[in-house]
Amino acid sequence: MSALGELGSLRQKKPAGQKKDNLAAYLFLSPWLLGLFLITIGPMLASLYLAFTDYNLIQAPEWIGFENFTRMLSDERLHNSLRVTFTYVFVSVPLQLAVALLLAVVLDRGVRGMAFYRSVFYLPSLLGSSVAIAILWRQVFGTEGLLNQVLSLVGIDGKGWISDPSTALGTLVVLNVWTFGSPMVIFLAGLRQIPAMYYEAASVDGAGVFGRFFRITLPLLTPIIFFNLVLQIIHAFQSFTQAFVVSGGTGGPSDSTMFFTLYLYDRGFGNFDMGYASAMAWFLLVIIGVFTAANFFASKYWVFYDD
Amino acid sequence: MTTETIRSTVAARRSTGLTWARIRPLLIHLALASAALVMLYPVIWMVVSSLRPGNEIFREPGILVKDLRIENYRLGWNALTEPFTRYLLNSAAVVFGAVLGNLVSCSMAAYAFARLEFVGKKFWFAIMLLSIMLPIHVVIVPQYILFSQLGWINTFLPLIIPKWLATDAFFVFLMVQFIRGIPRELDEAARIDGCGRAGIFLRVILPLMVPALATTTIFTFIWTWNDFFSQLIYLTDPKMYTVPVALRSFVDATAESSWGSMFAMSVISLVPIFLAFLLGQRFLIKGIATTGIK
Repeated sequence: MSALGELGSLRQKKPAGQKKDNLAAYLFLSPWLLGLFLITIGPMLASLYLAFTDYNLIQAPEWIGFENFTRMLSDERLHNSLRVTFTYVFVSVPLQLAVALLLAVVLDRGVRGMAFYRSVFYLPSLLGSSVAIAILWRQVFGTEGLLNQVLSLVGIDGKGWISDPSTALGTLVVLNVWTFGSPMVIFLAGLRQIPAMYYEAASVDGAGVFGRFFRITLPLLTPIIFFNLVLQIIHAFQSFTQAFVVSGGTGGPSDSTMFFTLYLYDRGFGNFDMGYASAMAWFLLVIIGVFTAANFFASKYWVFYDD
Repeated sequence: MTTETIRSTVAARRSTGLTWARIRPLLIHLALASAALVMLYPVIWMVVSSLRPGNEIFREPGILVKDLRIENYRLGWNALTEPFTRYLLNSAAVVFGAVLGNLVSCSMAAYAFARLEFVGKKFWFAIMLLSIMLPIHVVIVPQYILFSQLGWINTFLPLIIPKWLATDAFFVFLMVQFIRGIPRELDEAARIDGCGRAGIFLRVILPLMVPALATTTIFTFIWTWNDFFSQLIYLTDPKMYTVPVALRSFVDATAESSWGSMFAMSVISLVPIFLAFLLGQRFLIKGIATTGIK
């Protein structure tokens, strides 16, 4: 069903002996192949080379060995950006998935107007990555923003949520949780696959709402939870627009919203330190790769496949 | 109150009674509706605020409008170096090129993966799936260098040409999934009628995969319209700004006083997304459910 599932099932053998049509196939694939080599693999190899150079776009790249990487070891701002990114990923993704799962389960229980609610909850997923919503967030969580106006109605004195380094990242976490709609839709599709007879059998055996959720829904949904987890983690590591716009392009206050991607942009396109930016990009790829691999490894112990 | 009326109310309560089974759905609806309202409230408030005079944004948390004013829209439209029409047209041009590119290139690749047998099929298919998960940051620096050497900075080409080369591989995957569901007998029938590979693709597969093409169109439309990172990098000339880049420069260029017009232009920028959502919900939801794309 999913891209992840496909990757897993590639190992299966197909019956041999079918007629091949190599020429036609490669003609149909030619735009994609051209893109793969010119726009993806070529630049990947080029950035791997640039990671070992000092390059400012004007002079030719100069080979400096591992200097960019040793520089990363002692770059305090980079360490801070890693801290910020990890906090963001590991707080916002579980929260987002928990909300998505909760609402999917509620909606799946045959609520009237389910399609309407699904649409309303899904809408923020489409809006969430836009600059317009980031501008809205800047206002809502500002000193005189909507949130503080509402809080003052009930007698609470708010503060500048975005100008305070201790809460600025929190506003971005809220924004990511706000876009729980797309994992929710995936959960809903997964819930549909669970045969009703499992629930009936459990009810006969006297299982309550919670019993049914923890003994049937949750175990049978683990492949979908895993899929959402992998996807959302990869996605959250690459977050850029919201932090960039909400912080006015600075990653501030005091670098508290300086995502790794923002720092990469700042090095590469703010200071034209392309060699260092390339090294950072490969580091990001390795981080994402390691976490995805770890996820797959850990999945053996908690993901349950019903077949 | 007479005993009779008491008796009848008790009886009425028993029949239409406030039992748990009746209250529960109401409570669920109440909870869902309040959650929906809390979620969408800021957006609704932004729309309303954009229609209010000047600085009421900082005083009025409600969403009732007494007098509608469009001055924020008039001011915002001309607040930057170019009228906002220009940015809308630029975004529209990028979106158009990107949508067309994705439809043509992704459907061709998907047809090959779903229907044709060729040497190295599994290998390329695996590469295609892996490329879905590749972060753009790994390729952006050399891409930038490549496109700047071609003289493409401040043109729309870096934003459109990659789409004509099927770099949005999730759409290839989405279409492969869809084509697999089309009965192979139809291909056979067309082959017997004398269709070649191209004929089968154009006359059988493409017309039958319209739902997948619609999903691709809507997602490409929304993502390209919202895309900020690559447009920020490739478009530095204010004449070439797209809507997101223009909005962002608005944030930098203006003081707190012009929040009204900033909100107005933000609302304008969300209208196409909202329309795409209204028209294409069915395809969006199906698209996410089958491939897990965002």
